Amino acid sequence: MTGLMLEGILLTIITAATPLLFASIGELVTERSGVLNLGVEGMMAMGAVIGFAVAHSTGNIALGVVGAILAGMAMAALFGVVTLIFVANQVASGLALTLFGLGLSGLIGDAFVGVPGAGLARVSIPGLSDLPVVGLLFRLDPLTYLAVAITIAVSWFLFRMRGGLVLRAVGDSHVSAHALGYSVIRVRFMAVLFGGACSGLAGAYLSLVYTPQWTQAMTAGRGWIALALVVFGTWLPGRVAIGALLFGGVSILQLHAQALGVGVPSQFLSALPYLTTVIVLVIISRNRALVRANTPAALGQSFVPDR
Amino acid sequence: MEVILAGAETPAQSRQRPDSPPLLHATGITKMFGAFKANDGIDLAIRPGEIHALLGENGAGKSTLVKILYGVLQPTEGRILWKGQPVGIPSPSAARKLGIGMVFQHFSLFEALTVVENIALALSDRKSRSALAREIEQISVEYGLPLNPSSVVADLSVGERQRVEIVRCLLQNPELIIMDEPTSVLTPQEADDLFVTLDKLTARGCAVLYISHRLEEVKRICHHATILRHGKVVSECDPQKETAAKLATMMVGVEVRKLSSDLPPPQNTRTRLSVTDLSLPQPHPFAVALSHISLEVKAGEVMGIAGIAGNGQGELFDALSGERTCDRAASVSIDGKPCGNSGVTARRRLGAAFVPEERLGHGAVPRMRLSDNVLLTRHSTGDHLLRAGVLDTDAARQLADRISRSFDVRKGTPDPEAGSLSGGNLQKFVVGREIDRQPGVLVVSQPTWGVDAGAAAIIRQALIDLARSGSAILVISQDLDEVLEIADHVAVISKGHLSPSRPTSGLTREEIGLLMGGMGEPLTADRGALHAG
Repeated sequence: MTGLMLEGILLTIITAATPLLFASIGELVTERSGVLNLGVEGMMAMGAVIGFAVAHSTGNIALGVVGAILAGMAMAALFGVVTLIFVANQVASGLALTLFGLGLSGLIGDAFVGVPGAGLARVSIPGLSDLPVVGLLFRLDPLTYLAVAITIAVSWFLFRMRGGLVLRAVGDSHVSAHALGYSVIRVRFMAVLFGGACSGLAGAYLSLVYTPQWTQAMTAGRGWIALALVVFGTWLPGRVAIGALLFGGVSILQLHAQALGVGVPSQFLSALPYLTTVIVLVIISRNRALVRANTPAALGQSFVPDR
Repeated sequence: MEVILAGAETPAQSRQRPDSPPLLHATGITKMFGAFKANDGIDLAIRPGEIHALLGENGAGKSTLVKILYGVLQPTEGRILWKGQPVGIPSPSAARKLGIGMVFQHFSLFEALTVVENIALALSDRKSRSALAREIEQISVEYGLPLNPSSVVADLSVGERQRVEIVRCLLQNPELIIMDEPTSVLTPQEADDLFVTLDKLTARGCAVLYISHRLEEVKRICHHATILRHGKVVSECDPQKETAAKLATMMVGVEVRKLSSDLPPPQNTRTRLSVTDLSLPQPHPFAVALSHISLEVKAGEVMGIAGIAGNGQGELFDALSGERTCDRAASVSIDGKPCGNSGVTARRRLGAAFVPEERLGHGAVPRMRLSDNVLLTRHSTGDHLLRAGVLDTDAARQLADRISRSFDVRKGTPDPEAGSLSGGNLQKFVVGREIDRQPGVLVVSQPTWGVDAGAAAIIRQALIDLARSGSAILVISQDLDEVLEIADHVAVISKGHLSPSRPTSGLTREEIGLLMGGMGEPLTADRGALHAG
């Protein structure tokens, strides 16, 4: 295997992992506030189509990314109004949001099917990008840098800042947080919006960087994988990032294995990323204390303040 | 373990109500929920440096009043003067800014967070965690509230959690602390530690509004008492000058019925519940192992099991009810039939009934209606609630109604969710559900925990009546007065060992207290001494 090929594989792994990282970090923040939003897939699809549409019609990819963020947030706001203000069931509303997002994105994107898009150029960091092997880590597209930055920022926010402490408190016991005078609904709404923005970014990454075009249902279940990664990473940003890389890595490697004609049935190889994720999930979940300490206790529970 | 008898020792200093202008003066507080007046023109004056008891039955309006004072609820009418100035308290943070702190009955702590994080959440000023940790250590030394700032709350005992709440309150330099039934979750020893802390607080001029059902405790530590009934103030008094019975009468409005057990326990009846040499290992590291427990309860008698909390009461209950089974069938027998290795339903079919300690979540499912909760324990006890496997909801509803009537369960709607009942009413329902069956053997844990005097009297009388009708009753209780009041025989559990049982008549609480402390050794040696004393 040549060095160039190895570099190519590494690059595809990173680009496969980035949309998962965006979506799962956003969902992690949402879930840490105690809200389970199963609509990630739908928000991603909307982000992908709006991102592509805006970028295509304005010719400005940055505007497309902003459009995708806003589309994700609009979807999340819809979810927030329904579940937080009208106190609808979060699981049912999230599933509905996914179906709605997939359908609506197909409708909007109908005009863009088959239209070639302009990919986002990579940014090389001078000096560092010329290093051997690791140099490729500094020749990535700007959104990947953003995903890494968001992961670090979320980790810092959750565990080092007061706002993050309040967010975790709301997710642990909304009754107690309310008794202390925190606005549970407002905190949760902001967390849901952040999750939407991140899902929108994940969608934009798919339609503007990963495969610069629009095809219907191009999210291909990545929203569900992101949801699983949050649990797999026990609601810790660092672990979620590792999970995203692992899943991205195995899915790319199995593609290469299939291309090389390894004597294993292709169906098995296609199942490998899921299998690996499930196995690692089981192994991680064996540390009950860690899982208990980081699972938001109020996850999925609706809050109605008494007055 | 040190023997502490709540109420046995009285503080040396006399408790004089401080003679100063009120710190907080609420006048004409009225709170309507729809057409229901939860508070009706309440006047309350709290002076600095006093422990002011707020007494009343469940549903008398104490919680509503306290929530208004802490800014959780807004009064429909009335005004609040703080240091003579009229103030509005729109939110808990406004209350904290004024200098009002609150220690909740059901703790408002975050289990997944550390002690420091929990405390930081309640403080408005944003200091660094390490500075805060130092302050916590300082306060905990000052007031005798040992705490490790970096422990996670989920790992703390109930007493330690309460300390976190109190320290959190104290860090805000409050001038008034509201405590909602602070001792209902504490062991007698922890309660005594709390009283020491309260004395230190009042010595500095801090006022305490103290809600409790334990009248002996109120008599012991409070300077003044305001008594609520049906949302109104019915009386104010100096609790030290009143008897507990008088206080209870003021709360309930009618004289609390003295328990009547005129019939002596029948002699030489058959044994209905017997436990022989029951040993079970710890189910988890924080639990107590049961070792060689033997007891017998005969038809017609009430047997009490006393002991300090956490000495194996829960484990014993689980072993008796069949929630945990043991390998040897002979270790538990109901009406002579060995059932140590069979589960709860099998034991119920033998005629036994069980009332666990926690009414919400263990004794009843909060989100299920009363009629559904009836089904949970009576589905296979010959009550015809099932027809060919299909639920007969009418029969279940009628049964729930019958229980509610005979145990005076007060509810808003005909068939409410269990979680919507007040603690006392739900407890009456949960105990009533089992007694209604006329079980041959009844095992009940903490039958009147957190229940007001009126409801407690109803429950205790029902237990005695059931026993006198020929059933065998085993009461596991941390309330010594209760055990002495209703049990014919008493045994003490300590570190998973059970003492031999003794007749209650002539036994004083001090003697039981000695048993609690002197457990583990054979009791034959000091039996003579106790009888002589």
